[in-house]
Amino acid sequence: MDIKINGRTVSIEADPEMPLLWALRDIAGLTGTKFGCGIAMCGACTVLIDGEPVRSCSIALEDVSGDVTTIEALQGDDGALHVVQEAWIEQQVAQCGYCQSGQIMSAVALLANNATPTDADIDEAMSGNLCRCGTYPRIRAAIHTAAKKLAGA
Amino acid sequence: MGKLLRRTFLIGSAAIAGGVAVGFYMYKTPYPNPISADTAKGESVFNPFVKIAADNSVTIIVPRAEMGQGVVTTLSALVAEELDVELADVKTEFAPAADVYYNRAMLEEGAPFHVFDNSFIAEMTRDIQGVVAKFLAMQATGGSSSTIDAFDRMRTSGAAARAMLIATAADKWQVAAASLKTENGKVLDPALGRSIAYGELVTAAAEQEVPETITLKDPVDWRYLGKSQPRLDMAAKVTGKAGFGVDVRLPDMLFATVRMNPRQGAKMTGMDASAAEKVPGVVKVINLGTGYAVVADNTWTAFKAADLVTPQWAEATYPATTDAIFASIDAALKAGGGFNMRDDGDAPDAVAAASGKAIGARYTAPYLAHATMEPMNATAQWTDGKLAVWCGNQAPTSIVTQAGSVFGLSAGDITVHSTYLGGGFGRRFETDFSMLAARVAKEMDGKPVQVTWTREEDMRHDMYRPGAICEAAAVVDEQGVPSVEFRVASQSPIASTFGRLAGAITPPGNDKTIVDGLWDQPYALANYRVTGIEVDMDIPVGFWRSVGHSHNPFFHECFMDEIARSSGQDPLEMRLKLMQPYPAAVGAVQAVKDMSGWGTPLPADGVKSRGRGVAFCLSFGTWVAQVIQVADTDDGIRIEKVWCAADFGTALDPKNLEAQMMSGIIFGLSSAMGQEITFADGAVEQGNFDSYDAMRMNQSPDIQVRVLQTSGKMGGAGEPGTPPSLPALANAIFAATGKRIRQLPLSKEITFA
Repeated sequence: MDIKINGRTVSIEADPEMPLLWALRDIAGLTGTKFGCGIAMCGACTVLIDGEPVRSCSIALEDVSGDVTTIEALQGDDGALHVVQEAWIEQQVAQCGYCQSGQIMSAVALLANNATPTDADIDEAMSGNLCRCGTYPRIRAAIHTAAKKLAGA
Repeated sequence: MGKLLRRTFLIGSAAIAGGVAVGFYMYKTPYPNPISADTAKGESVFNPFVKIAADNSVTIIVPRAEMGQGVVTTLSALVAEELDVELADVKTEFAPAADVYYNRAMLEEGAPFHVFDNSFIAEMTRDIQGVVAKFLAMQATGGSSSTIDAFDRMRTSGAAARAMLIATAADKWQVAAASLKTENGKVLDPALGRSIAYGELVTAAAEQEVPETITLKDPVDWRYLGKSQPRLDMAAKVTGKAGFGVDVRLPDMLFATVRMNPRQGAKMTGMDASAAEKVPGVVKVINLGTGYAVVADNTWTAFKAADLVTPQWAEATYPATTDAIFASIDAALKAGGGFNMRDDGDAPDAVAAASGKAIGARYTAPYLAHATMEPMNATAQWTDGKLAVWCGNQAPTSIVTQAGSVFGLSAGDITVHSTYLGGGFGRRFETDFSMLAARVAKEMDGKPVQVTWTREEDMRHDMYRPGAICEAAAVVDEQGVPSVEFRVASQSPIASTFGRLAGAITPPGNDKTIVDGLWDQPYALANYRVTGIEVDMDIPVGFWRSVGHSHNPFFHECFMDEIARSSGQDPLEMRLKLMQPYPAAVGAVQAVKDMSGWGTPLPADGVKSRGRGVAFCLSFGTWVAQVIQVADTDDGIRIEKVWCAADFGTALDPKNLEAQMMSGIIFGLSSAMGQEITFADGAVEQGNFDSYDAMRMNQSPDIQVRVLQTSGKMGGAGEPGTPPSLPALANAIFAATGKRIRQLPLSKEITFA
C-alpha cells in the first residue's frame, strides 16, 4: 500500500485494517505520533490528512486517501521550527511532553483554518486533546502567541 | 540531638548564606562511580554527575526521572551554576541504576533543612526526611523530593569539578589556584589576561585529587538558580524527538502486549490461544500464569490477536463490588482502634461534652487510576543470560532488585536504560510493567521485545489511590476555635507497595500516608485528634500524586469550611486566625485573599450564581493556599478561576514552579470533577477515557500562581498543587449553590459544564 507521508510516498506492507498510527510508529519508524487510547478519545495520535486533524489510531490504512503530515514534518528541511513549535517553546508549554505532538498538530490545523482564534475557538478545536500534566493554560497562551506571530509574518 | 543540630546547621548555613565550606560527603561514600567515559569522544569523568569532553561539551547525569516536573533542567542548573558553564549548551543523560544515586547517605548526613525551634515544624521536618529517605534510598523519583535532594549534592558536584579544573590550570601555569577564576567553561588568569577552555584541561583535571571541602556560591551570585530557565527538554518535546519508553526501537525488535486477569493478581486457570496464533504476524502467545502475552511483528497485531484469546480467570481475593469494598472500609472504621498521629488535648471529650452543639460529617473518596498519557510499557532483551530493560520509570534500582529476585540475577547482570516518562504520577514507581516485559522477552530467544499495554489494560491493572471514608466531628468555642476529631479508614499504600517490592522491608510503624493531610496541618487547635485505620484488602494500591494528601485535605478543608459556616465565621478569616503561629501558612492564605478579591461581591451576570471557596494544605514541605471561583450555569458548574499561593522556601525556577502548581491543580480538579474507579465481579469497570476522563481545554480555568519564599526551608513542587484544589472547589460550589458535597467525585451530585 502506498501512502504519502510527509511529502514522500511510502510503501507500507500491512493489513489494510491496521490503523494509520501503528503503521507510522511500528512500520514507518515515525515515533513522534503517540499512542494514548486507541479510541480517538485523547488526541495524542493526531496527524494531519490534507491539512485536517485526524486521530490516526482510528483510521484504517485503507481509508487514508490524502497526504499525511506528522510532527516530524513540521520542522523545515533547514531545521527551522514551525511557528507553532516556536510559540510552544516561548510559552514553555510541555511538561512530560507525551501529548504535545498531538496538541501541536491540532493547533497547526486550527491556525491554518482560523488565523485569529478566540478562546472559544481554541476550546472547540483543542478539547479532543487530553493532557494529564495540565498544560492547557500554556497551550492556550501559545496558540495566541502563534497567531500573533503569523499575523506579523 | 547535638549531633543532629550541628549537621543540620552546617548544611543549613551553606544553603542560606553560601560561601561556607561543606564537607564533600559524596566521595566519602563507598559507592563506585557507574559512569564511564567515551574515550573516542575525549570524555573525562569527574564524578557520577559530570562528564566533560575535550571539545568542551559538558554532560550532566540526571539521577531522577523526568516525568514533566522539569528535573532535567533544574538539576542541570544546579551543576551548571557551580561548574560555571552555559546551561543551554549542556547535554544530559539519565543515570543508570546505581547505588551512588541513592539518597540515604545525604539524608543521614543532614538534609538542607533549617533548624527550627518550633516543635511542630521540627516534627514535620523529621517526618519529611523519613518519607524522602524511604523513596530515595531506592534511587526513586517521588515525594516531590528531587530538587530538595539534589540541591546541595549536584551543586557540590559542579563545584568539585570546577575546583579540579582550576587546580589543573594552576599547575599548568604555575600560579596559585586562588588567583584564578572561571567563566563560561574557561579558566581565567586575570593577572596575565590569559584563559584556557575546560576541554583542554579535562584529561589532567579528572585525575586531580577530589577536594576535601568545597565552597559553594553565595546565592546572591547565582546566575541560573532562582531565575526561570528555558527547559532543556522543550525542543525535543515540541518536535516529536523526545524518546519515551514506547519509542525505543532496537534491531529485530518484536512488539507485544499483555492481558492479565482483570481480577487483580488472580490466576489464569486456562486459555485457548488457537485463534490468536493463526493471525498473520503473530509470533507467539505466552502463558504468564496470571495472564498472557501475545508477541507479534507490530503492536496492533498483538492487540488484535490478544482479543482472540479466550482465557479462564480465577476469582478475586477481595470483595468483588464497589459496594462490598466500601462496606469493608466502613466496617473497619466502625470497629474502631487505629493509630493516632495527632492527639492534642482531648477532642473526643470536648465534642462529647458539647451535646447538641457538635457538628459531624462523613466524607468519602473513591479509588483512582493514574491514567498517565503514555500507557504502561517496557522493552526487554536477554543476551547471554543478562537482562537489559528500557522504559520510563520512577525507580531504576527497584527494577534491578525486582529482576534480581524474579530471575535470580545479580545486579551486575541487569542494565536499566531510563527514558522520558509520558507521565508518572506515582504509577511508574512500580515494577510490574518492566518485569512483564522481561518475562516475555525471556521466551523470545534473545530478541528484544517491546511490551505495550492497551489503555484498557493500563486502567484495569493499576496500583490505585485507595478509596477512603472519613468521619469528622467538631465543636466550636466562643472564640470561634474548634475542637476537631477526624477518623479515616483506607488501605495502606505503603504496605501494598512494599509488599510488591522484592527484598523491600515494609517500614515499621503505622502508614502515616493514611492520615497525611489530616494530622500534619498548621492549625493551632488545643483539641485536635486524628486517627487512622488501616483496612486490609488485596486490591493493589499505591502512590497517586500527593498520596494521602490527595484525599485527606478534601475531608479536612471541607470540614473546616463547615466549621466556619456553622459558627458564622468567614472560612478564610477563620484560617488566618487559627494558623497564626505559622507565618508561611498565614502568608499563603493572605496572598490568595488579596489575589482573589476575597469578600468582594461577585457579579452573577449571565449565570445563576457565583461563589468562591478557599482551602489550604501543607504537603511535601510546601505551604499552599488556593481560592477557586465557580459559576453555576445552565450547563452546570463552571470552574472560572483559580488563585494559588505557594511558599516553597527557596524557589529555584519560578516559571517551572508555576507550571507545577497549574499541573497539580488541574490533576486534582480532574479527579474531583469526575474520576472514579469502580469494581464489578472483581474487575475494574472503567477502561478508557470515555469512562475515566480528565479535565479538557474547554473546562480549564484561568490559573494565577504566586510563588513565595518565606518558609525557611525548601519544599517540593510536583505534588503540593494538588491537595487544596479539591476542597477549594467543593467549598466554592457550596458558596455558589448552598450544596455541601461530601463525596468524591463531585459529579455524583452535580454536573460540570
